[in-house]
Amino acid sequence: MRVLELQSITKRFGAVTANEDVSLHLDKGEIIALLGENGAGKTTLMSILFGHYTADAGTVRVEGAELPPGKPRAAIRAGVGMVHQHFALAPNLTVLENVMTGTESLWKLRSDRAGARRKLADLSAKFGLKVDPDARVSELSVGECQRVEILKALYNDARILILDEPTAVLTAQEAEGLFATLREMAAKGLSLIFISHKLHEVMSASDRVVVLRGGRVVAERRTPETSKEELAELMVGRAVQRPERVPGRPGAVLLEGVDLTLGGKGGASLKGVNFRLHAGETLGIIGVSGNGQTTLAGLVSGLYPPDGGALLLRGHRPARHDVPHAIAAGIGRIPEDRNAEGAIGDMATWENVVLERIWDPEFSSRGIVRRGAAKQATQEIIRDHDVRGASVDGRIRLLSGGNMQKLILGRVLRAGPEILVAAQPSRGLDEGAIAGVHERLLEARGKGAGVLLISEDLDEVMALSDRVQAIVGGKLSPAIPVEAADARLLGLMMAGDWSVAKEIEGADAV
Amino acid sequence: MRFERRDHPSTGLVLLAPVGAVLAALVVAGLLIAIAGANAFEAYGLILKGAFGSRLGFSETLTRATPLILTGLAAAVAFRAKLWNIGGEGQFYIGALAVAAFGMIPAVAGLPPVLAVALCLLAGAVAGMLMLLGPLALRLKFGVDEVVTSLLLNFVAVLFVSMMIEGAMKDPLAFGWPSSVPVPGNAELPKLMERTRLHAGLLIAVGAAVAVWLVQARTVFGMRSRAAGLNPRAASFAGVPLGRTLVSVACLSGGLAGLAGAIEVLGVKGYVTTDLSPGYGYSGIIIAMLANLNPLGVIAAALFSAVMFVGADSMSRALSIPSYIADVTVALSLLTMLVALFLTQYRIRR
Repeated sequence: MRVLELQSITKRFGAVTANEDVSLHLDKGEIIALLGENGAGKTTLMSILFGHYTADAGTVRVEGAELPPGKPRAAIRAGVGMVHQHFALAPNLTVLENVMTGTESLWKLRSDRAGARRKLADLSAKFGLKVDPDARVSELSVGECQRVEILKALYNDARILILDEPTAVLTAQEAEGLFATLREMAAKGLSLIFISHKLHEVMSASDRVVVLRGGRVVAERRTPETSKEELAELMVGRAVQRPERVPGRPGAVLLEGVDLTLGGKGGASLKGVNFRLHAGETLGIIGVSGNGQTTLAGLVSGLYPPDGGALLLRGHRPARHDVPHAIAAGIGRIPEDRNAEGAIGDMATWENVVLERIWDPEFSSRGIVRRGAAKQATQEIIRDHDVRGASVDGRIRLLSGGNMQKLILGRVLRAGPEILVAAQPSRGLDEGAIAGVHERLLEARGKGAGVLLISEDLDEVMALSDRVQAIVGGKLSPAIPVEAADARLLGLMMAGDWSVAKEIEGADAV
Repeated sequence: MRFERRDHPSTGLVLLAPVGAVLAALVVAGLLIAIAGANAFEAYGLILKGAFGSRLGFSETLTRATPLILTGLAAAVAFRAKLWNIGGEGQFYIGALAVAAFGMIPAVAGLPPVLAVALCLLAGAVAGMLMLLGPLALRLKFGVDEVVTSLLLNFVAVLFVSMMIEGAMKDPLAFGWPSSVPVPGNAELPKLMERTRLHAGLLIAVGAAVAVWLVQARTVFGMRSRAAGLNPRAASFAGVPLGRTLVSVACLSGGLAGLAGAIEVLGVKGYVTTDLSPGYGYSGIIIAMLANLNPLGVIAAALFSAVMFVGADSMSRALSIPSYIADVTVALSLLTMLVALFLTQYRIRR
């Protein structure tokens, strides 16, 4: 049975066409994946369906009845629920209060908390979405927040659930749990659409895939009848190959961590971290998020000095541990969160490019910014790294994730760093952009830089690293050569079982 | 109806915003004038005439604009770095008091005029700085909101001034009126026009505006302070020393407000009373907003404010409309400016 039908939806923003003549349908109990690169028009399409935007042309029908355009309330009443990528929850309210918000008339004198609690408990049990109704949202993990969002939609009697990039903020384990839940919901008669640009989750979780590119539906496949490769090509429009790592010859030790400890700065603490990064190699640090990656990246990037232990640069303890000295010593830094840390949205592109090297005589003299030189350097980066949509004087806020990352890579690589700290360098990027980032990282390694790759993406670490260490509870496992690693062994290491890794490292040392 | 973010607000629009805001404020205030029983056009005509129509009016307008430029700058530089200095009024008074106290040192009267003026101005500026460094230290150390601390310090400052001019610094020759001992004659600012109150402080204020503009637009410090204000996390990732940058910003902001007080003493009054400022520190906040935090825009916004206040006096004598209409208009212009700023960032859709 058709529960949802979009017909010939067209939406333009000024000169940009976000959706053109898009039609798709959803059957009862079905999970479809809306696959497309960033900017392909997935989110716009779903916003039209949900009534956030009004389409220029086309209709939306839910169970045969046409939805009035531009009315989210009507969509909710018709049984459409939406789980946004950025949660719309009030952190100071409890789960129950968040779920109830907006469901009761303002004119009612009493709110029926007992009834709401019962309904929430029922939903929770029915779909296996465990969450404490009295917990404050601010105390919940990201995965739990998402569960609350889903429960909120279900509480509004949603029969059609739309999830916008639901796994973008989740760890691999949480994502697996989510997809199991989605399966169960579909089996119980709900119909689901999830938006994604990750091929493996589309392959594992959907019944049918609709591929969007440039605002149009370019293909529709039953999931069992397609493959990752085909989908990748459909999505990007050409065959995309992630670059291959060729074995290298590591040189001298550039960076060494000796029993580094650091408490609580911006994440989990480090409790004795040891590693050695050689010239011309990539050392991959894999781990489930929240095990100290952020703190390690911050420490190596110069944001905070260690509480204990030492960070040795070419065998020496640096005189000062701060950002300018780290950069001056040849450390290039790719931040984990490119929008919050890597760029200042309301400053010009050129300012973002030179801010971290503003003390460099190239970009300032006697306290005066050398605007000409700064702008020229920016122009070169935009050209050499093919940063689309960027202008030297324009605000950087408008760049897409992939182009923002190109610009950040550009500013870092321009200085020819000997050490590159890349924290989650391809998080949230689409296939084409990931391939580009990987290429640059391999290029830097090929030129003799040591790359410290901190990532939660197993495929990425396996593809780029020469050696791998797992980070668990603020400690690093022994390093194993990537040739000896497979998903199962890395899984063990990430879970804290280092016995095999120790043997391998021991054997390797001999 | 909904709002959509504009991706590239055009320069024209950004420049138009304050003009539109002022016009809208004048329209609303015009309605109030009409309700009070006068012709709004006539009233505005009289305001302009009062502010520019005579040698005295013109000089008074510029005299009035002088401290407003400086307090406006003080607010603008701080707000740019998201340092919410609401304490301009207190810094103004403490700056003024510091000058008066410095002038009481016997040796000052013997200095050459240029040196005496320079040292007095420096004393005022340093006093203003210190007034803002307190709230900033509390913010950096304990996370105390500087909006509250700097605002409340205004009252402390004014009462402290009151205590000093009734006590230790009281002028014995003032027939019992509470005022400070006047600064020596060699420290007074030279007049710009004969037989008016217009003084060289105006040049200092305009010079300060240009200097601040240059600092913000062209220097490493300006770039860093803007970065620290817009996104502290990214700024510190890029190696901007947040604490040190904010301290410098606070010195600049407090210093400018203190300078305003010092100049008012050296240029206009010669001594300190508790009615030295008709709210210059607070008006500075409005002026900074009206100028969209642009230092050069501050000059224009301060002029607008001064015209309203000076003109409204003579207008109110002619039409018997309360001169409070000037306060109302300037306050309205802040509200309309906030709307106008919003509209430069967003467009309205159906």
